[in-house]
Amino acid sequence: MPAQINRILLLFTAFIGLFLVVRHFLIPETFGQYGHYRGASLDDISSREMVFADKEDCFACHDDIMEILENEMHAGLSCLICHGPGREHVDDPQLGNINKESGREFCGRCHDIHPSRPLDVVNQVDIKTHHTEKTNCIECHNPHALWEGME
Amino acid sequence: MEDHYQHLYEMLSQVEGYIYPNEIELQWGILIVLYPYLTGLVAGAFILASLERVFKIKVLGPTYQLALITALSFLIVAPFTLISHLGQPLRAYEIMITPNGTSAMAIFGFIYLWYLLAVLNLEIWLDYRRDFVIWAKEKKGFMRGVYKVLSLGTSDISPKAVKLDDRLGYIITVIGIPSAFLLHGYVGFIFGSIKANPWWSTVLMPVIFIFSAMVSGIALIMILYMVVSFLRKVKIDMACLDTIAKYLFYMLILDFTLESLDQVHRIYEAEESFDILNVLVNGRLNITLFIFQIFSGMIIPLIGIGAIQLFKVREQVRKIIYLLTGVMVLVGIFFMRWNVVIGGQLFSKGFHGFTNFKLGLVGSEGLFMAIMWMVLPFVILAFLLWLLPPWKKEEAA
Ligand code: HEC
Ligand code: HEC
Ligand code: HEC
Ligand code: HEC
Repeated sequence: MPAQINRILLLFTAFIGLFLVVRHFLIPETFGQYGHYRGASLDDISSREMVFADKEDCFACHDDIMEILENEMHAGLSCLICHGPGREHVDDPQLGNINKESGREFCGRCHDIHPSRPLDVVNQVDIKTHHTEKTNCIECHNPHALWEGME
Repeated sequence: MEDHYQHLYEMLSQVEGYIYPNEIELQWGILIVLYPYLTGLVAGAFILASLERVFKIKVLGPTYQLALITALSFLIVAPFTLISHLGQPLRAYEIMITPNGTSAMAIFGFIYLWYLLAVLNLEIWLDYRRDFVIWAKEKKGFMRGVYKVLSLGTSDISPKAVKLDDRLGYIITVIGIPSAFLLHGYVGFIFGSIKANPWWSTVLMPVIFIFSAMVSGIALIMILYMVVSFLRKVKIDMACLDTIAKYLFYMLILDFTLESLDQVHRIYEAEESFDILNVLVNGRLNITLFIFQIFSGMIIPLIGIGAIQLFKVREQVRKIIYLLTGVMVLVGIFFMRWNVVIGGQLFSKGFHGFTNFKLGLVGSEGLFMAIMWMVLPFVILAFLLWLLPPWKKEEAA
């Protein structure tokens, strides 16, 4: 065989051989166990520390608020949607380590008028003109008991 | 949390009309524009080289090696744009060892490797093998070792052996042409097969990508040939340059026709997506599409080079026209990629709104990163031209 063909074949064989060896060592053992991914990754992920906490976790301490909320128009909302995933707060409850945003823009995320948002699902007001005598929505509407004291 | 809301409000202020939440922020930025641009230059440069080799257009001889080495330099850099876009360089090899057989993106790894190792490297090696042997004898010290290694220990430079090199090189080029089409056509395929996106989803996409690739690759080699000749202070082989320009002209016509066909078809069909595309094209894309891509990237070069085909033009003027139109074509094709990649993400797939693209300067998806990946191929090219000078080859011949 001519030298150049010889060398090319040698080089390619070496390359493919090396590739197969490297591949053998790099592919994780549990790859393909359930599908086209590393089977053990499921355990890895489930053993991660939780950063999420919602209703069930809040109940232990804020059952009063949850009771109010349950009979309210905001009943369908989770605590998370306004307070964020409060794991840190559940582990070590303190003032200030959980989101407590309020204000016109915040409530406006759901309540500002928007033509593509169906009115029968979320009642909407123009946050720029609706009762501007007070700046913050929660000065009139208690977020957990919306019509409290207003009747 | 505050930051997230802040970011969301900022992004929302750029939105017009109604769009889905996952469309607010563009997922594919400038690096994904650059990627098809770079592979396009590779494919185009390679096709130009194969014109000389397979289609026996001998006047192109002076640019044969230049085109191959340019293709190699750009091919080496192309995947870095993807890796820096994905941001997981340490996992990048996984696509090679556990590819998903039904993923067009995963198959890329193999097309890329095939093209890099089995086509480009082999063709260059076979073309230079004789020179490696000669240079290894001429040089001293370290460089001697380098060329020895590069020759892979072969030493036979009898006419028979050189003839065999030539034969093998020919076969590889023949295989290389469809491979180059595959390498770049596949990029078009990925866009063309996204059926939810009316701006991308067309079977013409791979074909358009291939032809625009040839346009940009040929323009690049045309400019590089002039620049390299200027730097080396040698006279430009005008017959060669004119022929390159002629092929650039042909390719421009084909590319222009195909892209027009695509648009005319879209306009005539006027599917339900047509209105939003109309607003897109006349609004957010109007400068990049009409000015950069079509006017200065296509029409002016067509007129410029076309005039040279028709009338007798002095050599000095021809060179200037080639240089200017070459640059315009390269910019035009860049914006063609831009209009495809960015344009396709600007409008809502619900057809009722738009978002905006803000190009950051720094960061792994920023302008500086893109500039770096655009400059790096030229650095590699300079190095390769120093290591494998095509002109030294001529002298030895
Ligand atoms: C282990 C008991 C406990 C749990 C569980 C708990 N909290 Fe609290 N939370 C408290 C206490 C105690 C305070 C009041 C701290 C203070 O007044 O010093 C508080 C305060 C708050 C505040 C007001 C913070 C401020 O800065 O004004 C919010 C909002 C809140 N909790 C929401 C939640 C939510 C939402 C959950 C569920 C994810 C939750 N909490 C779970 C004990 C708890
Ligand atoms: C519609 C949004 C919203 C939802 C849903 C919501 N909260 Fe609140 N929550 C607020 C706002 C706004 C405040 C801040 C009131 C203030 O600043 O006076 C607040 C304050 C609190 C406080 C501080 C004490 C107080 O009354 O001011 C606690 C505790 C609390 N929320 C717990 C909960 C829990 C538990 C849930 C889920 C069962 C929940 N919240 C669901 C918006 C909400
Ligand atoms: C995640 C979305 C969401 C957010 C944030 C939210 N709300 Fe609501 N709100 C709702 C839904 C859903 C309802 C119940 C359906 C409806 O409005 O008809 C509701 C109901 C109400 C109602 C009663 C409307 C009626 O028809 O009686 C008021 C008042 C209200 N919200 C005020 C607020 C205020 C004030 C805030 C800010 C603290 C706020 N909401 C934040 C989703 C939201
Ligand atoms: C000054 C007190 C006040 C403030 C501040 C206020 N509201 Fe109201 N809101 C009312 C009263 C009173 C009503 C009953 C209907 C009315 O008067 O428009 C009402 C009605 C509503 C309704 C029901 C609309 C309907 O047509 O039934 C929603 C939703 C609402 N408010 C949301 C908000 C949001 C969001 C904010 C903050 C941007 C806000 N409100 C701020 C007093 C207030």
